[in-house]
Amino acid sequence: MEDYLLEIKDLQTRFYTDEGIVNAVNGVSYGMEEGEILGVVGESGCGKSVHALSIMRLIPDPPGKIESGELYFYGRDLLDLSDNEMRDLRGEQIAMVFQDPMTSLNPVYTVGDQIMEALKIHLGMDNKQAGNRAAELLSLVGIPDAKQRVKDYPHQFSGGMRQRAMIAMALSCDPKLLIADEPTTALDVTIQAQIVDLVKRLQENLGMAVMWITHDLGIIAEIAHNVNVMYAGYIVERGSVRDIFKRTRHPYTIGLLGSLPRLDEAPGTKLASIPGLPPDLIALPPGCPFAARCTYAIDKCKEEMPQLEQTDGSDHIVACWRWEEIEEGISP
Amino acid sequence: MTDDKNPLVQVRNLKKYFPIYGGAIIQRHIGDVKAVDDVSFDIFEGETLGLVGETGSGKTTVGRTLLRLYEPTGGEVFFDDVDLVNLNESELRKMRKRMQMIFQDPYASLNPRMTVGSIISAPLDVHKVVNRKEKHERVQELLQLVGLNSEFVNRYPHEFSGGQRQRIGIARALAVNPDLVICDEPISSLDVSIQAQVVNLLEQLQDQMGLTYLFIAHDLSMVRHISDRMAVMYLGKIFEVADRDGIYLRPVHPYTQALMSAVPIPDPDIAMDRKRILLEGDIPSPTNPPIGCNFSTRCHYAKDVCHAQEPEFREVKSEHFVACHFAEDFL
Repeated sequence: MEDYLLEIKDLQTRFYTDEGIVNAVNGVSYGMEEGEILGVVGESGCGKSVHALSIMRLIPDPPGKIESGELYFYGRDLLDLSDNEMRDLRGEQIAMVFQDPMTSLNPVYTVGDQIMEALKIHLGMDNKQAGNRAAELLSLVGIPDAKQRVKDYPHQFSGGMRQRAMIAMALSCDPKLLIADEPTTALDVTIQAQIVDLVKRLQENLGMAVMWITHDLGIIAEIAHNVNVMYAGYIVERGSVRDIFKRTRHPYTIGLLGSLPRLDEAPGTKLASIPGLPPDLIALPPGCPFAARCTYAIDKCKEEMPQLEQTDGSDHIVACWRWEEIEEGISP
Repeated sequence: MTDDKNPLVQVRNLKKYFPIYGGAIIQRHIGDVKAVDDVSFDIFEGETLGLVGETGSGKTTVGRTLLRLYEPTGGEVFFDDVDLVNLNESELRKMRKRMQMIFQDPYASLNPRMTVGSIISAPLDVHKVVNRKEKHERVQELLQLVGLNSEFVNRYPHEFSGGQRQRIGIARALAVNPDLVICDEPISSLDVSIQAQVVNLLEQLQDQMGLTYLFIAHDLSMVRHISDRMAVMYLGKIFEVADRDGIYLRPVHPYTQALMSAVPIPDPDIAMDRKRILLEGDIPSPTNPPIGCNFSTRCHYAKDVCHAQEPEFREVKSEHFVACHFAEDFL
């Protein structure tokens, strides 16, 4: 076994709702190294956020439940930790940035107070130390005039600044792993570019690992070292960023990339859209969950779920019965 | 598509200010949000004009003011040479039949208590274009047109996914055979694979019915894909109008340059060694825009004149309009 910062084995998370059991994460396994930027892509409902919340043990129970799996962080299984131990770890070792900077900040506390909270709890700083550190952190994430701005309330910050404040908060205890769940989805492209640049720079300087969850393949191409492509609670393809974009093997990933307009396309080119809708997670089909929308699907795909297999001897793995044929270049 | 160059819509010096009132007891007019501040552009027949800009740039307000869903504060809008601004209510209603809108949020823009059939036929009733029997047929026809099963007429919006709802919104907009469709962020709330479905549908319908689109969005790569020409807005002003490659590959205005360099490209090889122009800070408040050029506070090239005098929106090369004092230097 390699030395992973985070190693996930066969994680399964379900939600027990009135409509039925929602199979949100269905056996996800992978490892993340120290200092790695991992991109997790997929569409809404593919389990990318739920799997991240499972790592943080923030799944509301009930209705949610981590059914099985092992989550090793520095060799310790997070699922064996007591609530208190987990609370100590959260924020200090693993920090998370959420999608919506408007609702993730408490409107009745100043931004400074909210950053100071973690410093006081985890690092035992007093008010003065924490206040100074909060201002340092805000200037680290590029907020001008930070000494004054710590006294502001969230509504006095713009969307991009709030997301920066959230990142400052996440960085406050120097975490080993930063989980960013769609951190730029609510932001404009120019602000998004600022945030992507900021996280990249911080990652290089501080050496932390980053898990960047998004549906935007463009950001992934820019920031990630490795990529997990998720669909219906499964990892369907995983590899280095070049594997995923240049040696794409899974029909879903091929479809996702085809759905994006290309820079060099001729006028009038049609987008290769994926027909149909993602499956209902309450009633998953028996075979491959993508089979119903897949142009390559054969009978076997509808009956039996393919396991993740190594391709070309590298770390590039794919769950598809026909990846070898796709590699050889068959058309659908 | 712009060969014949017949402007369907001509917008001249359009302004929309939203007043701000203040004062504890007596409400006084203390300022304006200058959401749209003196913009001019044309939309040619059969083309797609993409209108891009960041949150708060006023692009949605342009779309709505154009239809007079908001009363303009000033300026003129000619639709097929008729000045919409001076029409009375009933004349306007007649013109509205020719201009329809597709909204951003497919959840909020469909009445949850109406069936799909009655949603789609509402514009038919308002404009009294068909009798009852024809109405039924027309609804079936429209459902098929947008790729929905025609048996869905009696279902309610909650039974549909986001992409399907957006198709219902499109069917409603097309019910009265409009000439112009204003698409206000029609794909922003959809997943990537569904976005491509809706964009393909919009393109196919444009070919079939000869529609003209004003396509408002902030997803620049998708706008480039669908547009013939693009207009870039910032803080209530249009900074640049040109054909799509002019905007995307050879942008002139410093803001457009920064905006285009910020678009993520889904290709790791290009993404790695691409030069980014990072803008600092945020878009200023439209209640108190900067003096001179609206972009002067964030522009890397800003000189004294930019902080003092508003640049003229002018044609700097064929069919390429830019509002920047130094546009000629960036050519």
